[in-house]
Amino acid sequence: MTENAPLLEMKGIRKDFFGNQVLTDIHLSLKEGEVLGLVGENGAGKSTLMKILFGMNVIAETGGYDGDILLNGEKVRFGSPFDALAAGIGMVHQEFSLIPGFTATENILLNREPRHKAGVVSQIFGERLETLDRKKMQDQAASAIQRMGIRIDPDMVISDMPIGHKQFTEIARELSKDQLRLLILDEPTAVLTEKEAEALLASIRGMAASGIAVIFITHRLQEILDVCDRVLVMRDGYAVQDVPAARTSIPEITKWMVGRSVDTSASARADEQLETGRVIMSISRLWVDMAGETVRDVSLDVYEGEILGIGGLAGQGKLGIPNGVMGLYEAGGSVTFDEKPIPLNQPRSCLDASIAFVSEDRRGVGLLLDESLEWNIAFPPMQIQNKFLKSYLGGLIKWRDEAAIREVTSRYVDSLQIRCTGTRQKAKELSGGNQQKVCLAKAFALEPRFLFVSEPTRGIDVGAKELVLNALKRFNREHGVTVVMISSELEELRQICDRIAIVSGGRIAGILPATRSSEEFGMLMVSQVK
Amino acid sequence: MSTKNQTASFGAKLGRLARDNSVPIMFILICAVCIPLAGFSGGYLLNEIITRMGRNTFLILSLLIPIMAGMGLNFGMTLGAMAGEIALILTADWQIWGIPGVVLSMILSIPLSVGLGLLCGKILNMAKGREMVTSYIVSYFINGVYQLVVLYMMGSIIPIAHSSIKLPRGYGIRNTVSLLNMRQCIDNLWAIRVGGVKIPVLTFLIIALLCLVILWFRKTKLGQDMRAVGQDMNVARDAGVDVERTRIISIVISTVLAGFGMILYLQNMGNISTYSSHSQIGMFCIAALLVGGASVDKASIGNVFLGVSLFHLMFIVAPAAGAKITGDSMIGEYFRVFVSYGVITVALVMYETKKRRAKASLGRQLELEQKGADK
Repeated sequence: MTENAPLLEMKGIRKDFFGNQVLTDIHLSLKEGEVLGLVGENGAGKSTLMKILFGMNVIAETGGYDGDILLNGEKVRFGSPFDALAAGIGMVHQEFSLIPGFTATENILLNREPRHKAGVVSQIFGERLETLDRKKMQDQAASAIQRMGIRIDPDMVISDMPIGHKQFTEIARELSKDQLRLLILDEPTAVLTEKEAEALLASIRGMAASGIAVIFITHRLQEILDVCDRVLVMRDGYAVQDVPAARTSIPEITKWMVGRSVDTSASARADEQLETGRVIMSISRLWVDMAGETVRDVSLDVYEGEILGIGGLAGQGKLGIPNGVMGLYEAGGSVTFDEKPIPLNQPRSCLDASIAFVSEDRRGVGLLLDESLEWNIAFPPMQIQNKFLKSYLGGLIKWRDEAAIREVTSRYVDSLQIRCTGTRQKAKELSGGNQQKVCLAKAFALEPRFLFVSEPTRGIDVGAKELVLNALKRFNREHGVTVVMISSELEELRQICDRIAIVSGGRIAGILPATRSSEEFGMLMVSQVK
Repeated sequence: MSTKNQTASFGAKLGRLARDNSVPIMFILICAVCIPLAGFSGGYLLNEIITRMGRNTFLILSLLIPIMAGMGLNFGMTLGAMAGEIALILTADWQIWGIPGVVLSMILSIPLSVGLGLLCGKILNMAKGREMVTSYIVSYFINGVYQLVVLYMMGSIIPIAHSSIKLPRGYGIRNTVSLLNMRQCIDNLWAIRVGGVKIPVLTFLIIALLCLVILWFRKTKLGQDMRAVGQDMNVARDAGVDVERTRIISIVISTVLAGFGMILYLQNMGNISTYSSHSQIGMFCIAALLVGGASVDKASIGNVFLGVSLFHLMFIVAPAAGAKITGDSMIGEYFRVFVSYGVITVALVMYETKKRRAKASLGRQLELEQKGADK
């Protein structure tokens, strides 16, 4: 068998999104029954690589990819996930793809239900009017569950299931496909309890023994060492290491994952100076119900005048913290600002207390896309602080002060180097980076005492990134504004923050000064807070 | 102790039952108050309800399949009703009466219904998530087209021979088309009388057959696909189900059935109000279904029967009760129109609150988890 071509080979895979290189010369090969662990920070390119392999539409829509994929030595190029499925590749995504009101059996055999032989009606009107063979469905689902080796109730409706069982239903669905030869599991253990995760690992070993190759993506490195034959570490779109799992260790993998050659221009002021600073915002026992970013029991103090970074992997809850405090998602717990309590679930109360928020949802929450830059920047101060308004008749009539609005807008256009044709240009016509600068300008124009910035550099190019980060830093230093910045990119947090809190599993895993090494933060990221 | 627990859980169950069925319960209460006030005899009421059941049930059943496919309450059934009316006008003009006339009308209505259903389905696919209001507006639009056809094209382009149907000016159809020779031909065939109550056996057999077809349909591959599409379009699409096509098919089935239902309805009435028969039918059918305890995303055959009996019971007793109380018969008339619109509003609001409550409970669960961790 070893002489044969490997089951899967990916050669020289390159991919860019509109000039932004996200994958560079990735090589990967996989034999039958082999388990490959794929690790890397967010944005390292794991998901993109898997999307290419699975033929997801988003790849073709953004200009395809370079390089070759070979299955059993034959070159393939999948136009859609259905082609990949037909070729024997199965994928379990992070988001569940299940029908909530169907039983496990119905979901496992979704759109592949066995049917009774054609009757008169179906011969006239087509095969979709054949009735389902429930008995056979039961049998097939039961045998798929058997193959998985984890017991779930085939008759339970998905919406009644604990989240782990939903995950297992998805895996059983892939296993019920006869042609399955390669299974991609994208962070399957993220939603599982420890017991369930152990059962899943045992199940992966079982699959491998029966000849199915598995690509296993996870942030829990111990699992990689437990179950994988080989580990592929990715960083910034490169495959940096490809080693047998037996010959490596967690600290080593962590180092490959986060360790960048560039040493950071960490800016932190002396720790002790900050520790004695005044607490300006105190969050205690916060929970936030934000889909995919659930926050559980977070307590956190923010000191006046500092830049606090909140980092962590995607989906761990870091985005939930600002959205919960600002009242955009349902939240509980208590928040005090400047020694006064801030009522939750009321965005206005935060704004009135001089707290501003730059949302990660730039196009949805951040901007009035169809309005001009002037409007975008002046709107919040007008609404919240009655700025840029001229009063007549003792305040009975208020008119916009167009001159003042134009003045302040062009000031921010200059200072943030927003590239636009004029202050009257519509926000939607700007590029992503410039839109982000407008979002910052909006927040700056409020002249807040406290600023939440969520993912300020997501999806913008390197030059714009530098500008945005510098603007934040300047805003903090020159105006004494306390900034809390949430970002998935550790290096960028280390560049401008004083302290960095790492969120994992919806909880704060630890808070360290930004001067500490990347490895230490990496360990916190992959630690699961109990 | 255990009995106490049992009664407690029984009470909780009863509470949940009451909350889930609040709309039917509300109507039962209204009827319970109105029946003695109206002062009708039981025999009369039963007779009326049986008649109206035979008249309306088929139409209401046509609403079930789009609900299964997640397209909500389909006001597009009005399109089928119009197709049925056009077919009936033509058969009436050709002087084909009795059961052959009914069957021919049904056959004639099929191509019209399918065409209108395809159009409606295509439009609804462009307005996913807003099917109800879109289908409502589409029904107004097609009503305009219907009037163009019936008022100007019939007699001028489409040949209409009989002057009893035509307007005196030579084209267009009269306000009322008599179906006297067709009147209750299905209801009266095999009809039996039980203690003064006339039971239209054949009509009920047809309705029963449709119920069986719907039950069978749920078990087919297409039915399963519709349920999947109805619950999550994206998941169904990822699994390879042709979502758009499935949705269009569900609307077409509904329009065709509504066409048949309208023909059954009008053969019972014995005449067509050419310009108004169809305009209220969608509203009343949907109100009846909601009164039976259905919601925008869930409806069963049981809801249809409960709804049709309760809604029409109220229709019969409310005007009489209103007249008794106020001495003015208009009040009762007003009341029943008010109630049919009101019930749709209330049912929709309750559906929204239920969704909100489900969402809020997620947050509460988080809070409880946190408290649980403290212990």
